[in-house]
Amino acid sequence: MDKEKSIIEIKGKIKELKDLNTGNTEVLDTEIVEYEKKLRDLMQSLYYNLSPWEIVKLSRHPQRPIMQDYLTMIFKNFIELHGDRYYGDDKALIGGFAEIGDYKIMLIGHNKGKNTDENLERNFGMVKPEGYRKALRLMKLAEKFNVPVITFIDTPGAFPGVEAEERGQAEAIAKNITEMISIEVPIISVVIGEGGSGGALGIGVGDRILMLSNSIYSVISPEGCASILWRDSKYAPNAAEALNLTADSLYKLNVIDEIIREPGEGAHAHYQLAANALKKSIIKNIRTLKQLTSEELIQSRFEKYSGIGKFSVTD
Amino acid sequence: MAWFRSSKSRNNTKKELWVKCKKCNSHVFVDEWNKNLKVCPKCNYHEKITACERIQQLFDRNTFKELFSNIVPVDSLNFQDIKGSYRDNIKATKEKTGISEAVVTGTGKLNNKQVVIAVMDFRFMGGSLGSATGERILKAANYAFENNLPYIIFSASGGARMQEGTLSLMQMAKTCAGISRLIKNNIPYISVLTDPTSGGVSASFAMMGDINISEPGALIAFAGRRVIEQTIREKLPDNFQTAEYLCDHGFIDSIVNRKDMKDYLSNVLSYYNQ
Repeated sequence: MDKEKSIIEIKGKIKELKDLNTGNTEVLDTEIVEYEKKLRDLMQSLYYNLSPWEIVKLSRHPQRPIMQDYLTMIFKNFIELHGDRYYGDDKALIGGFAEIGDYKIMLIGHNKGKNTDENLERNFGMVKPEGYRKALRLMKLAEKFNVPVITFIDTPGAFPGVEAEERGQAEAIAKNITEMISIEVPIISVVIGEGGSGGALGIGVGDRILMLSNSIYSVISPEGCASILWRDSKYAPNAAEALNLTADSLYKLNVIDEIIREPGEGAHAHYQLAANALKKSIIKNIRTLKQLTSEELIQSRFEKYSGIGKFSVTD
Repeated sequence: MAWFRSSKSRNNTKKELWVKCKKCNSHVFVDEWNKNLKVCPKCNYHEKITACERIQQLFDRNTFKELFSNIVPVDSLNFQDIKGSYRDNIKATKEKTGISEAVVTGTGKLNNKQVVIAVMDFRFMGGSLGSATGERILKAANYAFENNLPYIIFSASGGARMQEGTLSLMQMAKTCAGISRLIKNNIPYISVLTDPTSGGVSASFAMMGDINISEPGALIAFAGRRVIEQTIREKLPDNFQTAEYLCDHGFIDSIVNRKDMKDYLSNVLSYYNQ
């Protein structure tokens, strides 16, 4: 990020000046003080008061923890389950039984990679119909075994390609959304990075929607929105602002239930702290939801989604 | 320049008398075109029609009653793009189309069978799915559930309405919640995917019909053609994402001509709870 670069630059300048300032020259002293103030301000603005576009970039930060990182930091004894039983096994989405704290759960999530090879194998976390159908199969299995479902959302969007259309991308997502309304076990969805439109919602309907503070959830990518409504994708920062895609905005709009604050400059710099905060919140929510009967769960989920949206009613 | 003006007005007269088919370019008399339900008599091209026209074509005389028209869109995010505010866009679209949302909902009789219906109108911001659109579709589903009536949705939409941000995305889940309740309670739901049905609408209620049907040549897609071409960097086949393509791939039950639509729907519904 641009601000990260300037911080490194200023830190370099300060060090340079300090090295030069062996004789405690006053002029250099004031200059050092000035640079240190600049650095503090920059750090302050980097950690807090981020613009929506800066949050978009953080949500896609190459060092940001992904599904696989949280899998090892938060969960134990992962039993991965493969395949949709119709067509194949989509590596862009993984799932299986796992343990968190004292709870046994079903874990499902978008599977981005950290480098080019991983990303090519996992299709950058862009799921095809067989991936969504695998997710639904695992949710039905969770229902049968009576364990809560935890889904991790981190995708630029569902895969836009010929084979995805051919095999019914729209139907696969529609089916998941519809079925998730009436799954009889608790569902907790966490947006850990990019919540890319229908591709995110395809595993994102639940009783509790949580978001890490530097993640986003949007109907369209800011670049896509800018190229349609501003006729140029370079207006992506404006679109990011207008779309209200940050955790803070979505909490105010009642789209999500909880924000999990990332420490310091973000999850990418504090893996374990971010994971701890996430783990704490998931366990707390499982505990609350486990007290509801399946009828209560489905009824409140129906009411939750019936209530989302802003419109007016005329006489 | 009187001669110039008169030639211009002559062109206008010509425009009113003839319709040029967008597919085969034949000229058809307006009266014939309208009598043929805006379907080309030469090549069977089905032109987009308004929600009002659709309702007139389907319902028995004087049986249609509009419901939930008091639910209207608001610019809750103060959305502003290069062309102006969403608020102004809503106002202008209302004036231009005479309707207040991208869907008209209500109940009426189809060959003497009472049904609940939602008909989308592509003229209203590309038939996009916003909060009020979603609310009307859900309310109509609940009405069908409470009165034990079959539900029919005619989709025509480019997808979710960007100007409402993530709130519009969530309308996919909201509408599906309504459909989910119909499924659980064995109430029939027929989805008619008309030209075009794509994005967030195809990926939610439109694909969830007990029976999914379409009109000839309708575009039905998840991702847009251009997006896919950019991803794979090659030209796509001509029939890609047409109703016929989807029927071949097993996602819709049948392609029904507009003139047969009413009878098809009532015929299928006659099998329910006889």
